[in-house]
Amino acid sequence: MLILPCPWCGPREETEFACDGEVSSVSVDPATASDGAWADALHNRTNRKGMHREWWCHRRGCRQWFWIERDTATNQLRNSGLPGTES
Amino acid sequence: MRIAADQAPFARIDRSRPVRFVFDGRSYEGFAGDTLASALLANDVRVVGRSFKLHRARGIMGQGAEEANALVTLGEGAATEPNVRATMIELTDGLVARSVNTWPSARVDLGAVVGWFGLLLPAGFYYKTFMGPGQGAWHIYERFIRRAAGLGHAPRATDDRRYDKRHAHCDVLVVGAGPAGLTAAIAAADTCNSVLVLDEQTEAGGSALGMPDRIVGMVDRLRSAPNVRVLMRTTAIGLYEQNLVVAVERMGDNTADIRLSAQRLWKIRAERVVLATGAIERPLVFDGNDLPGVMLASASATYAMRYAVACGRRAVLVTNNDGIAKSAESLRMAGIEIAAIVDTRPSSALAPDGIEVLRGHGVVRARGRSSVTEVEIAPLTPDGKQFLPRRRRIDCDLIAVSGGWNPTLHLLGNGAGRTRYAPEIACFIADDLSPTVAVVGAAAGELGEGYSVRPAWRMPAVGRGAPWRQFIDLHNDVTVGDLALAARENYRSVEHLKRYTTMGMAHDQGKTSSVNALGILSEAIDRPLAALGTTRARPPYTPVAFAAVAGRQIGALYAPKRELPAHVAHLGCGAVFAESGGWMRPMHYPLAGESTADAIRREVLAVRNAVGIVDNSALGKVEIHGPDAAILLDRLYSNDWGSLAVGRARYGLMLTEDGMVFDDGVTARLSDTHYLMTTTSAGAGTVVDWIELWLQRAWRDLRVFATPVTHHWADLTIAGPRARDLLGRLSLDMDLSPEAFPHLAIREGTVAGLPARILRASFTGELSFEVMVPARSADQLYNAVMEAGRDLGITPFGVDATLILRAEKGHILIGLEADGTTTPDDLGLGRLVSRKKDFIGRRSLTLADRLRPDRPQLVGLQSDDDRVLPGGGVVWSGDSKLGHVVPMSSCRSPVLGRCIALALIAGGRDRIGSAVTVTAIGSQHRASVVSPVFLDPKNGRIYV
Repeated sequence: MLILPCPWCGPREETEFACDGEVSSVSVDPATASDGAWADALHNRTNRKGMHREWWCHRRGCRQWFWIERDTATNQLRNSGLPGTES
Repeated sequence: MRIAADQAPFARIDRSRPVRFVFDGRSYEGFAGDTLASALLANDVRVVGRSFKLHRARGIMGQGAEEANALVTLGEGAATEPNVRATMIELTDGLVARSVNTWPSARVDLGAVVGWFGLLLPAGFYYKTFMGPGQGAWHIYERFIRRAAGLGHAPRATDDRRYDKRHAHCDVLVVGAGPAGLTAAIAAADTCNSVLVLDEQTEAGGSALGMPDRIVGMVDRLRSAPNVRVLMRTTAIGLYEQNLVVAVERMGDNTADIRLSAQRLWKIRAERVVLATGAIERPLVFDGNDLPGVMLASASATYAMRYAVACGRRAVLVTNNDGIAKSAESLRMAGIEIAAIVDTRPSSALAPDGIEVLRGHGVVRARGRSSVTEVEIAPLTPDGKQFLPRRRRIDCDLIAVSGGWNPTLHLLGNGAGRTRYAPEIACFIADDLSPTVAVVGAAAGELGEGYSVRPAWRMPAVGRGAPWRQFIDLHNDVTVGDLALAARENYRSVEHLKRYTTMGMAHDQGKTSSVNALGILSEAIDRPLAALGTTRARPPYTPVAFAAVAGRQIGALYAPKRELPAHVAHLGCGAVFAESGGWMRPMHYPLAGESTADAIRREVLAVRNAVGIVDNSALGKVEIHGPDAAILLDRLYSNDWGSLAVGRARYGLMLTEDGMVFDDGVTARLSDTHYLMTTTSAGAGTVVDWIELWLQRAWRDLRVFATPVTHHWADLTIAGPRARDLLGRLSLDMDLSPEAFPHLAIREGTVAGLPARILRASFTGELSFEVMVPARSADQLYNAVMEAGRDLGITPFGVDATLILRAEKGHILIGLEADGTTTPDDLGLGRLVSRKKDFIGRRSLTLADRLRPDRPQLVGLQSDDDRVLPGGGVVWSGDSKLGHVVPMSSCRSPVLGRCIALALIAGGRDRIGSAVTVTAIGSQHRASVVSPVFLDPKNGRIYV
């Protein structure tokens, strides 16, 4: 079980958090995107082996969302930050 | 047999405390300090079980967690624990154990007949016989095979002993309290604030137990250090990321004291972890190496010195390394005659006093009927691949073997490090360790001063049948023959080989077999061992009882139960409860002698004809505050919100980004900047999460807060034509007239002396007021309503009646009609999709798929006869499948006098008026497609 750093509450166990998958780098304008581009932005993820950025929410705590870099192969954690600094 | 006290002067048994125990129905005596294994050996019980597949007689081969043969069922009745290693069971008075996989007993086993057909059950037997064309046969033979091949049986009765969990944090965690672990712990205690030491044995000392001097004083020093905690009988079963170590502590096993928990599962977070897990000796692979009386040399030495047990009278030692000298010394000290040491190496420094060393020799076979009586040896060719003539037989009842040592590194299997082959000591050692994990002692490959080894993965086979009696994995009955066959069939990857032959699986996880198997595979396919890789040892290191993992989270404590705020009042009304949407909710309220169906029917009719009360407190409630609240609602809901006046309410749909309906509810405007949102019961949490996600991640400029208040407010809904009359009887400070309080409006004030919000909204299709009061006052309001409405026929109604009432109106339920694949238009709610504004899910509603004419659409079904349509049943038009009956929507409508249901069928709205067939397992129905609104389509009953 991971221990994750909540930006407000500090290190807490994974069971207090919810993960929302990788931070998507795709940005499309819904008004102009083709069906294919829109569906791709909605559903497809890189699913990288190694370090990537993903969203977590301290769901059973202060409800703060944050991003963190996690190695999907080793679970090693690196930088994290509040929403707005993810890209 | 037991060794005299003066020949094992440091033994850890207490001869003044005899202990009686029962094994396979016979009574024996051992001493305090014994394990079940040492006590059985002391009583000369040589056959303790039968092998997994071939039912061959097996004896004790090890002394600890590496034991592959002596699995027993421990205890009786509900407290039975199957498949426990006899070497790991502390002997206690009255202990009862049985051998597994035997019938009627280990000594006389009728299943042993399978052994004669051993050649018929080679590697891949199951795959070859029961998959592909032969798979039908599995169904016929499964129950015979399962009975013949297998281990102990789980008890059927409930184990009512207690199992607990504990958390611990420490600076340094030392796994293993042998000499290396004790040394590390003492060093850590001097410099760190908190040190935790675990060891699976009953006492600290590890390999030094029973030996002179080495650890004298160390244990006492640790015990007296205030910053050190030592947990014995505690096995670290897994080491996970960020140094989470999970360990099982065996507490009151075999005791009758129910105040003690039987086991504790520890979850330990350590800044640093030191693995002092020691090493496990490797067996040697030769013909008949599974015969009782063949055991690890180190184990026979441990039995002699620590337990004062001689595993034989006359021993032959077989080795490929110098470590055997220590074992030989121990055996000789204990008075066991050593006939010879057979050393597979052509030359070695091994030269113990007065013992014949046969260099360059190997074992042709072990001989004996049910246990070893002699060993046949012969000189080896220099490459070790063949025997030379000049065979020789030596009488002996113990063959003590050492094929080298494997550092115990199973805990590295989950990412804390890797292992690499170290050819100089012929074993795998730790590599690429996490910076916060250290390995010390034998686990680090420190196998003694001047330790030298030359691999001898297997002895040459003499005779065609010999490879099938050269056991690599005693636990799973995998032989050299199996492995060679698998290699010939091209199972050359170690991962494939493991699964195909079952080598290294189950309890054992390859503790004594995996490295030998790699060595043999490497020779068989002529690839260097280091290039083969290894299979990953998976947790748990030793088996864990499910009860320990579950802890106290069983039965009523399995999951928290949420009761409605008016729970006591419902009890008083005779409610039958069930869990729904995460709450214990009244399903219906049967009167004395009334059937469930009659109760539900009575409740429905009361709401349609008089007045009823239902507890909707489970509905999610969210307060939305802030100047941008209206903008938030406009983005969350698919319909327009900007125009909502203060004091009014509106029904809305929330969509996911892919355009599917995921929640609905009525939201009311309490002031310019303050709204009260209601959600579904199950969605109470997810909607708040959803709002937070968008507010924090996308719309950070919006000045608005969302606060969940579900548990703060009770919501008692009064519904029916007499609802207004009833509510008017409660002392009330608001005007209930239709002009002053129209449908979809909210008023704040006091009701029956309680601060209240009343929302006029209807799910049942009747005039309906949701009265919200502080949760603690729910009972008070409930009782006041029941009291005031007695002569009006006030009737409590539950979830069952609500389901019928809403089905008659065609009101959707999230999770049923809105099952995550339906859009607003599919549900006939296209009017709730704004064309003027942007909202979550909008773009997806114009995807080509969402515009298909054959999308599932919500319709009503009316049965042609008086049978209730099957929920979940398939709807057909002729031979073409149209969709399904929505589960829990199907009912016999008391008002309409017909059986109705809602259904999602392809292009449904165009099919209204047509006939369909509905099928389910065992039944077929005819029905007509109708509008999903069966009752009062103009909502005249609501707008009164």
